[in-house]
Order: sequence, then structure tokens, then C-alpha cells
Amino acid sequence: MKELIRQLVEAYGPSGHEGQIRALIEEQVAPHVDDVRTDAMGNLIALKRGRPEAGGGGKSVMVAAHMDEIGLVVTYIDEKGFLRFAPTGGVSPMTLVGSRVRFANGASGVIGWEKWMRPEGATSRPDLSELYIDVGATSRDDAPVGVGDAAGFVRPFEDLGQRLIAKSMDNRISCAVAMQALFDLGDSPNDLYFCFTAQEEVGTRGAVTASYGIDPDLGLAVDVTLVGDTPKARPMAVSLGEGPAIKIMDSGMLAHPGVVRWMMETADALGIPYQREVLQGGSTDARSIQLSRAGVPSGCLSIPCRYVHTPSEMVDYGDVQQAVSLLVELLGQEIAL
Amino acid sequence: MILETLSNARGVSGNEAAVRDLILEAVREQIDEHQVDALGNLICLKKARAEGDGQPLRVMVAAHMDEIGLIVTGINSDGSLSFDKVGGIDDRVMLSKQVLVGDNAVPGVIGYAPIHLISPSERLKAPDMSKAVIDIGAANKGAAEGLVNIGDYVTFHATYQQLDNERLRTAKGKAFDDRAGCAVLVELLQSDYPVDLYAAFTAQEEVGLRGAQVAAYRINPDVAIALEGTICDDLPKEKDDDSSPVTQLGQGPAITFMDRSFIADRRLVDLLIRMAQQHDIPYQFKQAVSGGTDAGAMHLAREGVPSVAVAVPSRYIHAPVSLLSLNDFDHTVQLVRAALSALQGGLPS
Repeated sequence: MKELIRQLVEAYGPSGHEGQIRALIEEQVAPHVDDVRTDAMGNLIALKRGRPEAGGGGKSVMVAAHMDEIGLVVTYIDEKGFLRFAPTGGVSPMTLVGSRVRFANGASGVIGWEKWMRPEGATSRPDLSELYIDVGATSRDDAPVGVGDAAGFVRPFEDLGQRLIAKSMDNRISCAVAMQALFDLGDSPNDLYFCFTAQEEVGTRGAVTASYGIDPDLGLAVDVTLVGDTPKARPMAVSLGEGPAIKIMDSGMLAHPGVVRWMMETADALGIPYQREVLQGGSTDARSIQLSRAGVPSGCLSIPCRYVHTPSEMVDYGDVQQAVSLLVELLGQEIAL
Repeated sequence: MILETLSNARGVSGNEAAVRDLILEAVREQIDEHQVDALGNLICLKKARAEGDGQPLRVMVAAHMDEIGLIVTGINSDGSLSFDKVGGIDDRVMLSKQVLVGDNAVPGVIGYAPIHLISPSERLKAPDMSKAVIDIGAANKGAAEGLVNIGDYVTFHATYQQLDNERLRTAKGKAFDDRAGCAVLVELLQSDYPVDLYAAFTAQEEVGLRGAQVAAYRINPDVAIALEGTICDDLPKEKDDDSSPVTQLGQGPAITFMDRSFIADRRLVDLLIRMAQQHDIPYQFKQAVSGGTDAGAMHLAREGVPSVAVAVPSRYIHAPVSLLSLNDFDHTVQLVRAALSALQGGLPS
């Protein structure tokens, strides 16, 4: 599974520019599903139809893992060829100085700060308006990209054995979990819609239209969550390596109690460790699914992750594998909430 | 001129009827059907006029009728009016402005202390407008109650006027956000297209894209275009400052690639650029990811709608008076007209 993770986390795909990551996922999931389509927002929706003989009472289940990543979008190119930019999603200026980025067409650049190595830079934090991308151009005319083009971060995947580091673990690790679960699944009584959603990082937008189109009986997001196990971290009862987390609430959603119970009971029955998650700050596609049409019972399976929204996000490989096992069991059985 | 008529009309969010009536009068002869929905959106259908293969695309073009303004929240014993803002208004632009209150357009001013009474240190601070009132010159509460009611909408008082007639062809007036878009859409309805054009004059955009949300659900379009009057910050400009202007006056319609409400569909952005190049129409990008438009609501309707926004750059929006170039206005009409004509047979890939 690590090779799948490496491919996904190293791929390019800031919000609204998911074409490359979508093609990569589509190629791998297509042989395992009955239908695959891309909707107007750019969500990839892959359907594995339920088999009645696998058990009665099949539900239509939407599994959503967003494939977009945080990034930057060019707003202006000055006469010397330096690019000013705005963030797509929650990008902290603290993580940017000296970072490398890449555009859809392969052009690369480094982020500079006007105050770097200047006295005022030693005592202040960078503001986004003081940063620029240097793509090696010498004038506006020879810049290899234009206004409106988006840049993603560039970092190689690092396999530390038990722990993995990459850019965009948020949320490619969940794409990998959903894909691996699909590969491992046998027949299921449920119609399973594996959605690799677009534009989550700018406000869980892709899931809005995907869930309207699918009109599911049950929604399950797979996403990363924050942890409280690093030095002087904000207290939070989720740690790396203690199993996937089952979301009870975050700042955008209260998970359906029946969904939470179903997830915890299934994990208990399998003997998979899990952590109870209450996330203060942030939300997931489950929020959009839950509020679709007349409402959808929804929950979220979370992968604990350190350093979220930096170019070096860390997860535990055991948590990832247990998340896959739990997801396979959840989706393969008859569901009674 | 329709821009002048619409700019002078009064219609704060939730109270768009006067603007709606003027628009309907201007487009009635050009459209096949129209309806006013529950939120007050005026939805006009102009059916495809060209013979083509298959079903014509359903294209929703939206411009919002509502403008930012104020609403009366209380009538005080001294005859002054307490108020709240409707839509995003910076406190600093409200000082000492002339306003019109209610359906009867009762004149009033948002008074402020004269400079004699403001200490030098206080002059450096933004005023606290929560204590400001509208003065309609009434002697007491009873007199004021004879003229206005709690809940009355308040508009800024500014009259449309053309300024430079030669080069930039500038005009000043209130509410170019988004009467400029409404006027562009009225002009667009004068032509025929190979698509079913749903011209949606929307309500309540300034309070959260509310009208467009339900209009897009009803129309269920294949493609959506928002027409706007957008930020133009080219004045005042520091000499030799090579930082990012959002838009510049006279440089053509501004195409949005992303704002806080949506990310534009790249195919539509590319279509607009191609049409601009083909027809020799100047264009620019809205070079900041700020603000939101009806496209933010339309692109999330039902199963999602490929969307884009095109705007007439307007200096000093969300203030009592703004300023635009009629060249930009005309070029916006030309650009969107060309794009609508090019949508025959579907969205380019």
C-alpha cells in the first residue's frame, strides 16, 4: 500500500485543479467498479453496485475522500517576473518561506519573502502579501505560468517505517484508504459510491454537489484529523499510532449517533483499536453530505495526522492499515443504524 | 440609458421591486417567458434562436438587482433614526452622507461632529458608527413617525452622471455593484443566441448570495455566468508601485478565476479569453481572491454547474458613489455576447 500512498501524495492537485490526481485515481479504481463518472464540479464518482445475494437490505452509501490539496493561485506577475499569489485553502505563511512549488504544466518555483535576511524579518512573521513565487523568470513575458494558474507544494514521500511523511497526507492518505478498501472488498449488499471529491479545502464544496447527485442513504467521509500528542500541543485525545479515529463532532458537524455507534461496534467486533474524536476547529465533507437535500445520516472515519496543512504531514502506517480493515468491514456488511 | 435608470433606482437587499419593475419594462419585448420567484428573483427566458443539433444548452446569466444600504432599526425620542447595515459597508464611508429613507424617499443625513469638536488624537481613529444616527430633520419622535417606519430601507443618495466623454468615457453613480451587471444583462437580451438564455436578475446577493441559490435550483442550468461590478483599485496609486492591482479602469472586462465563493470553471475562463482575442476585445483578470458573487451559489446548485464571473471594474464599490468606464461596460457586453454565441453545441472541452 505504501507505493499507492507515494503515488497519491506526490501528485499535483490544488483545489479546483484536480485533473491530474483525478486521472491517476480513475485509472486505478475503474477496473474495480461498475460505473465511474466525473461531475460538473470535478468530483470523481465510482459506483460498486450491491449484490443482493451478498445479503438483503442494501443501502446506498457515499464514501467521500477529498482529492484536492491546499495550494496557491497566482494573482499577479510583476515586471521582473515574480509571482504574487493567494492561498487555496488554509495555508499558513509560516510554512511557505523557502518552500518549493510546482504548477500543472510542470513549472517549478521557490517562495521568497520580502523581509528575509532583513532586520524587520527577524522580529516579525511573514504576511501572505509579503511573499512571492520565484519561477526563475526574468520578466513578466517569460514567466512560464499565468494569472489564475495554481501551484501545489513539492515534497518527496518519506517512509520512516512505521511513520510516513508527505505533503498532502491531507487528504491523499484517505484517498489511499478508500481505494485500498475498494480493492480489498468482496461482494457487498450495498451500493457503494466511492467519491473522490474536489474543492474540499475551500469549503467542502465538491461534496455538496456529489451528495446531491447521489442522494445516498448514508454518508461517510474519510479525512485526516488533528492530534494532541506533540510537544505542548493543544490538548486533544487523539494520538498517532493508537488506531483510526471515529469522529463524534467537529466545528462543522455533529456525527449521526447511529453512524458513530455502527462504526464503534464494528471496530469492537473486529478487535480494531479506535480513538473517539472531538475536533475543535475544521470540518470535513461529512458536513456537506449531512446537509444535502432532506439530510443524510453521516459520519467520518479519521486518520490521525501531525503537522496538518504544512508541507510535511505525518501519519502512522498502522493507523492507516487499520482504517482500511475497518472500512472494508463497514461497507461489506448489511447496515442497520 | 439603462445603466443610468438602474443606477438611480433604489433597491436594497430584500426590497428589489422598484428595480425589478424597471428591468422587466426594459426587457419585456425581448423575452419569451418570465417569472418572479418566492425570493423576488426575476427570471427571464429567451429561447434559443438558432437551429442546431440536439437540445440547446441552458445558460443562466445572473446579475443581482440589490444594492448595499441601511435599514431603520429605531426611532429615537429626539427624532433621529437608529440604523443597521444591509450588506458590507465600511464605517468610514458613511460619515456625513446624504441618504433617502423608505418608499417615499425621505431625505436625511448621517451626521457627524464637526472638526472643531474632534480632538487631534480622535481624528486618527475610525469613527464608532454604532452610535451614529440618520437625521431627517424631524423635531421629535412623533414627527419622525409621520415620515418613516422601523424596517424602512435606506439608500445612499447619488445621481448618475457621465464625466469624461472622450477617452475613458467615465460615469459616476451609486450601486454599480451590481446595476452595471444588470444593465449588461439587459443589453445582452437585445441579441439572439443559440442557447436557452435564462437571464436571472437576482435578489439578496449582498447578504449572502441568497437569491441566486434558489434561482439556480429552479433553472437547473448547464452553464452559469455571473455579471458583476467588481473592485477597481487603480486609484490612488503610488508612483512606480508594481504590486497587484485588482483591476484597472479602462482595461476591459475582468474575468474571475477564483474568489472567496468559488473557483471558476477553467473551460469557461479559456472560452472568454479566446473570444476576447478573436473579437479584439480587451480583458483583464480580477487579480485578487476576494469577495464573492452569485457564481458562488450557482456552481453548487443541484449536481453542480460550471460557472464563471465577468465584471465591469468599478472604483469605490460598497460606498455611496462609484465610478466606471463605459468602454469597459460596452466591452463586457461584447465579450459575454460572443461567449454566449459560441456555446452552441455544448461546453468546449
